[in-house]
Amino acid sequence: MTRKERIQMMTDIMASFIGYTAVHLPDDVISKLRELRDSEEDPAALSIYDMMFENMRLASELGRPSCQDTGFVQLRIECGSRFPLIDELEEILRCAVITATNNTPLRPNVVETFDEINTGNNTGTGAPSISWKIVPGWDGCGIYTYLAGGGCSLPGHAAVLMPGEGYKGVVRFVLDRIAEYGTNACPPLYVGVGIANSVDTAAMLSKEALFRPLGSHSPNEKAAEMERMLEDAINTMGIGPQGMGGKASVLGVSIQHAARHTATLGVGVSFGCWTHRRGHIVFERDLSFVTETHPGFTFVQ
Amino acid sequence: MTETINGKTILSTPFTEEDILALRAGDVIYINGDIVTGRDDVHIRVIAENMDLPAVINDKALMHAGPIVKCSEESGFEVIAIGPTTSMRMEKFEYDFIKKTGVRFIIGKGGMGERTAEACREFGAVHCVLPAGNAVVTALCAEEITGVEWLDLGMAEALWNIRVKGLGPLIVTIDSGGRNLFAERKKEIARRKEEQIEEIGKKLESIL
Ligand code: SF4
Repeated sequence: MTRKERIQMMTDIMASFIGYTAVHLPDDVISKLRELRDSEEDPAALSIYDMMFENMRLASELGRPSCQDTGFVQLRIECGSRFPLIDELEEILRCAVITATNNTPLRPNVVETFDEINTGNNTGTGAPSISWKIVPGWDGCGIYTYLAGGGCSLPGHAAVLMPGEGYKGVVRFVLDRIAEYGTNACPPLYVGVGIANSVDTAAMLSKEALFRPLGSHSPNEKAAEMERMLEDAINTMGIGPQGMGGKASVLGVSIQHAARHTATLGVGVSFGCWTHRRGHIVFERDLSFVTETHPGFTFVQ
Repeated sequence: MTETINGKTILSTPFTEEDILALRAGDVIYINGDIVTGRDDVHIRVIAENMDLPAVINDKALMHAGPIVKCSEESGFEVIAIGPTTSMRMEKFEYDFIKKTGVRFIIGKGGMGERTAEACREFGAVHCVLPAGNAVVTALCAEEITGVEWLDLGMAEALWNIRVKGLGPLIVTIDSGGRNLFAERKKEIARRKEEQIEEIGKKLESIL
């Protein structure tokens, strides 16, 4: 394959993978929803879960996006410094979003700020959003994809607390937000919390937390303990599927943290809705790939 | 017209005043007939910019929604995916919107606030929630797109006229008496939240 052909091939794979994630939820989200449905007793909540499963079935069968809000595409790259297409990667991903918008189809959601014009193809200044991490010496490339819905992006929030407010202040910050806006964001929610130095780092980490598989816990024992506490607390608040009440209100809570200035306590919170359309695909240098979020995904040229 | 078929309550357009006034918060219903989509930009045009809505909707349903619509030469417009969007974004305009357009039946997701509940009480309207994120199930309730206005706002913001069959389950969250289910639930959620913060606060002291 020539370089041009390889660029085209990676673009096509990514376009088809992004489209696939709009139609099929990742395996961990499906099994979590099944678990929540099985332990639910409230008849109204149960009928909402049944509707979700019927929708997932029909979306797969008809190849249509499971939610009409196919979101704003957010990408997180973990690219090996020796990956052959590293220089072209951003352009590849932009083109992939345009192709996925036409082929899937995805709803055109992206509006240029100040111009207030919908670009029609889900790209624009800084869209899709792309964050980078370079992995020295590696020749492969991992890409996390996320279709961020409007409804679940809306309650996102970040602030810098006084250190004196302590971890209890962090808990209040997160729970206040959920109590105020959680019912509207299509629960059961995936709650991502970032604790770091300032608003930017805390907010970034809170989104990164949403890329973690459901059921995973922070390697830091205290953070893991706090994840469990928050999960129990939010479930006890009784928001339930679609905010209509029920046993479970969350798919999970994950916390990512970083060291901070002694005088600050930055906290960010991001939310994923029950249609948590996250994907992870890892390429080798020859563009063969694996995807643990969507093992059913195959690419035929 | 309201009828009960196989235990399901079904309302059909044109809705009458009696149809709407009979609904109570918590009722679960389905609808047949004409709905019109309208969300942020439609509300901004009609209220903030004082334009006239290019549709008569007093006996139809307004749905806070932006669908994915496919347009082909053979089959014209086709709804691929549709579902409700966050109604609270329209709270700022909804009282005046109900007053100006006479709409009595609003479909969305999540709750709405005091002003909308006030309009429901004053003008005899209801707000219902349709479980969101179920865009394919809901799209299959759409029989036909009968028209579109304000397409210049983009696919998501345009005013789509759609004929639906069996759209639901719709859970009445604000009734024409002004009872607001979400407002009640939110109070309870806030109460439990305070308890939880205290409880976690104590537990955290012991591990940190
Ligand atoms: S919050 Fe999620 S499930 Fe709900 S409408 Fe938005 S994208 Fe769809």
